[in-house]
Amino acid sequence: MTFACSKRIWLVMLLSVLVVACGKSTDDDQAPLFSDGDEKAANSLVLRRGNGEEPQTLDPHRATGVPSANILRDLFEGLTTETADGNIIPGAAHRWNISADGLTYTFYLDPLGRWSNGDPVTAGDFVFSLRRSVTPETASVYAGMLAPIKNATEILAGKKMPSALGVSALEEFVLQIHLTSPTAYFLGMLNHSATYPLHQASLRAAKGSFSHPGQLVSNGAYQLTKWAVRSFIELKKNPYYRDADSVGIETVRFYVLPDQSTEIKLFRSGALDWTNDVPIGQYQWLLKNMADELVLSPWMGSYFLGFNLSREPFRGNKALRLALALAVDRDLLTEKVTRFGEQPAYALVPPGSPNYTPQEPEWASWTQAERDIAALEYYAQAGYSEEKPLVVEFRYNTSENHKKVALAVTSMWRQKLGVQSHLINEEWKVFLQNRRHKVLTQVFRAGWISDYNDPVSFLDLLTNISGDNDFAYNNEDFNSLLLQASQERIPLRRRRLLQAAEAIMIADQPLVPLYTYVTKRMVSQRLGGWQHNVMDHHYSRYMYFKNEESEPELEPGNSPAKLAPETTAETTAETNEKTSQVAISEDG
Amino acid sequence: MLNYSLRRLAWAFPTLLLLITVAFFMIRVAPGGPFDSEKNLPPEIEQNLNAKYHLDEPLVQQYFRYLGQILRFDFGPSFQYRDWTVNQLIAKGFPVSLSIGALAMLLSFTLGIGIGTIAALRQNSVLDHGLMGYAMLGISIPNFVIAPLLILVISVYWGWLPSGGWEWNWRNMVLPVITLAMPVTAYIARLMRGSMIEVLHSDFIRTARAKGLSEMTVIRRHAMKPALLPVISFMGPALAGLITGSVVIEKIFAIPGIGSFFVQGAMNRDYTLVMGVVIFYGALIILFNFLVDLIYAWLNPRVHYK
Repeated sequence: MTFACSKRIWLVMLLSVLVVACGKSTDDDQAPLFSDGDEKAANSLVLRRGNGEEPQTLDPHRATGVPSANILRDLFEGLTTETADGNIIPGAAHRWNISADGLTYTFYLDPLGRWSNGDPVTAGDFVFSLRRSVTPETASVYAGMLAPIKNATEILAGKKMPSALGVSALEEFVLQIHLTSPTAYFLGMLNHSATYPLHQASLRAAKGSFSHPGQLVSNGAYQLTKWAVRSFIELKKNPYYRDADSVGIETVRFYVLPDQSTEIKLFRSGALDWTNDVPIGQYQWLLKNMADELVLSPWMGSYFLGFNLSREPFRGNKALRLALALAVDRDLLTEKVTRFGEQPAYALVPPGSPNYTPQEPEWASWTQAERDIAALEYYAQAGYSEEKPLVVEFRYNTSENHKKVALAVTSMWRQKLGVQSHLINEEWKVFLQNRRHKVLTQVFRAGWISDYNDPVSFLDLLTNISGDNDFAYNNEDFNSLLLQASQERIPLRRRRLLQAAEAIMIADQPLVPLYTYVTKRMVSQRLGGWQHNVMDHHYSRYMYFKNEESEPELEPGNSPAKLAPETTAETTAETNEKTSQVAISEDG
Repeated sequence: MLNYSLRRLAWAFPTLLLLITVAFFMIRVAPGGPFDSEKNLPPEIEQNLNAKYHLDEPLVQQYFRYLGQILRFDFGPSFQYRDWTVNQLIAKGFPVSLSIGALAMLLSFTLGIGIGTIAALRQNSVLDHGLMGYAMLGISIPNFVIAPLLILVISVYWGWLPSGGWEWNWRNMVLPVITLAMPVTAYIARLMRGSMIEVLHSDFIRTARAKGLSEMTVIRRHAMKPALLPVISFMGPALAGLITGSVVIEKIFAIPGIGSFFVQGAMNRDYTLVMGVVIFYGALIILFNFLVDLIYAWLNPRVHYK
């Protein structure tokens, strides 16, 4: 053997040893993934869902973001839950009473409710968990949602002990919650992960890592069995779940697939049953070749442009804001630019909120030609003309879609009014900071996907006390109407107050609604039981495989038995409000 | 030699400290923070979060706290993946990146040297032009073009291999390894061809041929060793780059390696995760460069380390 050759072999061996060594260091949770071929048959009982990014955490009280929320909805069950199409129904609590002033809720827990280790789910578990959720040390991002509960805000600020929270266990299965103001959407809120119960004993035993497989005890339809970081999270049916007989699918896997093109290729090769999204650029191809599996649903989210009212040129210049709002042809924008069936929008609150009519301005019913004429008039009224055009900066965060929308809108402004726009593209966190500081921004893109299905989640953005009021909008009538609505518990009156508030705001035009979001995904044709849902909440427990030999006994979704909560007459109006929750963000 | 090795290793510490310091303050200069989202947090909640992660302390105090942690090999909890520590995340991701990277290196090293040598021996022939044409293509076509093409043809149309995802199985490794190895193979082939041609024209090769040795023996015994030297120098940083994962490959094939931690961590302002992978990567580069220098000395009799 020559010297050179022995060196080469040495190197080769070194590399081989590295490979072998790392092969041995595999974790047991790095189990087979996307197996194909022989294992296809075995996979037929596994629901494989694309779920976007890696979930930030499976601690329900700390969770933020859609990927976590999707998994937590399968793992845990709040006092209320939802039907497949998003109506609020009893969950861990099988009935409740609401006091006449709307400030005291008494929940009667389902005595069949069990943790995944067989322990009963008690009122004490909920007291413990709600207190944990607002404890400062938990550092929960969504704890602010619990503000309607008595003393929650003070506890969060460290001014009171967690035991002061207005939550108490009257009996083993009877829970009472005291609120500071009647909160119309409170029942829907109880479906949010920030209110989910946790199993005290296992949480204390596991210390920091209780949310890992083998340690996490949950009370929902599924339990956590595997977590391969940045690959997948696997859940198996919880045999102790109170309604376990109606759960058809034994195993669910949530795959971490942030890249939409990778996700669609996996779907096409049969390795996924459900995608989180579809690539924007492939819409036409999908429509032509896979139309049966492409599912588009309206979503409780708005895409709009914001004006910074604290500085020139928009401060005190309503005519200019109106001119820009009128000159955008939303039909053209949604048909030719975004092209996924988005609905042109003139109001901030999207359609689909129960018991509410979004407030559009009068000109929403005009033709675009009429709007263009009016836009020119307002433009002139604002002091601008062809000789003295508006020069404006348009900021958006990096994304193909935002760029296309920005280009389309600014070219409409240029063609119709002669506005000279400078497009400024910013990285997400830089963009957020600039928007918040309100020093650099003039026109900026914005979007909002609601936390709960109630118009307030959109309208609250624009109050003077909102931390999200990047528009510097401040209208006293609007603020006071929203304040009144927060204290009003008669649904019809509350609705009138909210509608009046939106109408005032839209007339002021601190923002330009462009369109209502849609969710877009591929769903395998063998999958049944899911329904369109404006909140995009899809519980695996309602789904089933159509070709399975053993069909689930219950038709998933709205089984009539599940729709009749045993409530007092006065609560009926609230239960009809299909208020529900999710921790989400606009598309970054 | 031992003296040299110890000195090199001792230098690694100030180098790493400098790296840590620069990285620590640079990431903090970036606008925004780990908990910023489009939904503004109420001030009391923001305060609770900052207190939990010690972000409410003065920056210098945080820096020394962090140095103290690193001495205990504790990179701290990730801000983004809150159920895991940075140590756990690297421990889970690195074996994946290491296997794909090491296999890609092995493949490109073997193929690259083979192709380069053959091209050099048949200099200016059709075969040489063909191989170097391939190498040029390999270098110039980016992997985000090659990868989707391979997936489309091999996985989607023919169904031979999985189109993505990860398991400890050769089937899931083939496409990523090929994609990752392609440009490196091409680069090594070009390096190897150049240095081999140069070596083949040197006096000691002429002497070897004059002795009447067969061409095969001349190449194996006399030409290969010096011709490998530039390739070995290239290998250090290349290997560190390959085994710490590639963002593009990980994204396209949905591989849970540590490459995307760099980009995702920076975008999310996940300070601890970014610091963890920067230090890890830095330490690997220092280590590989050191190893390459040792191998270089071993292969090249003209180099002496003092």
